[in-house]
Amino acid sequence: MSQADLSIHAQVSRTSATDAMAEPAFRIPAKKMAMWLFIIADTATFAGCLVAYGFIRNSTPAWPRPFHSMTNAAIMTFILLTSSLTMLFAMRSAQREDKAGTFRWMMISAFLGIVFAFLHIREWVGLIDEGMTLLHNPFGPPTFGAAFFSITGLHLLHVTGGVIALLAVAIRYKGGRYAADDIEVTGLYWHFVDLVWMFVVPFMYVLNWSH
Amino acid sequence: MATAETHTSGGMGRDIAVYICMLVLAGLQFLIGLQNISTSQMFVRMLAVAVIEGGLALLFFMHLSENRGLRWFVLIFTVAVLLGLQYGWTDSFRLIDGVPWAK
Repeated sequence: MSQADLSIHAQVSRTSATDAMAEPAFRIPAKKMAMWLFIIADTATFAGCLVAYGFIRNSTPAWPRPFHSMTNAAIMTFILLTSSLTMLFAMRSAQREDKAGTFRWMMISAFLGIVFAFLHIREWVGLIDEGMTLLHNPFGPPTFGAAFFSITGLHLLHVTGGVIALLAVAIRYKGGRYAADDIEVTGLYWHFVDLVWMFVVPFMYVLNWSH
Repeated sequence: MATAETHTSGGMGRDIAVYICMLVLAGLQFLIGLQNISTSQMFVRMLAVAVIEGGLALLFFMHLSENRGLRWFVLIFTVAVLLGLQYGWTDSFRLIDGVPWAK
């Protein structure tokens, strides 16, 4: 093999190695992969909280059922699911490079998130008025208040963060500083918040419903 | 990589269909809550519905159906963590029922 052949061979090998390194994991952008890693980690957080709640509930006799109506929880579920759909519409608009449409759908999603948070806080205030706090529960074991406020509070924190992210990304996308894949990454987070709610509602609300 | 991936399969029609399915499943969870069954039976049924609902969200809203490699990556890590969290259930039963050999 001549010196020139060796040189070409080395160059080809180097290029292949560089290509292999440049290939993103699962052929998705790095920021999307980062969001998926965050979602997996956050799933563990919420699952840990829900399992701990299940543990406490299972080992506590006479667990209280303080909810007399599921209307508020049903409306909140409807609103959050609808906000996921509007977020999908925002992503579809972003793929068509329809900036006005993307901005409008993201604003609608953020608005629905705010309505959800408002209903959630209103429900909390109602329970606090009845005497339930983190450490006190007039309906039975105080651990119910601790579990309920901790888990729904963690979810509410995620919704609040999501609304802020939706507003910030929408404004920056409209201003041309963010691209369509930023909308998709934000959408992933928002759908995750919705997904968590699908597990919080049956276990924190419906299982504690007295009817 | 600055450009977005395009999720061309389905479109808005599929999004709306999945949304309606998820609304129905969410409604089903409330209906299960109205059934005159034990808490453990209610829990199992609600968990099954929630898993289906979550699966729909993951596959179609979060587009995992379009990326096989990522789907397996997410599934394996998440299921491993979720299974790992189940180690304490026997203790929670023992707290309320006592140890079986003490009876």
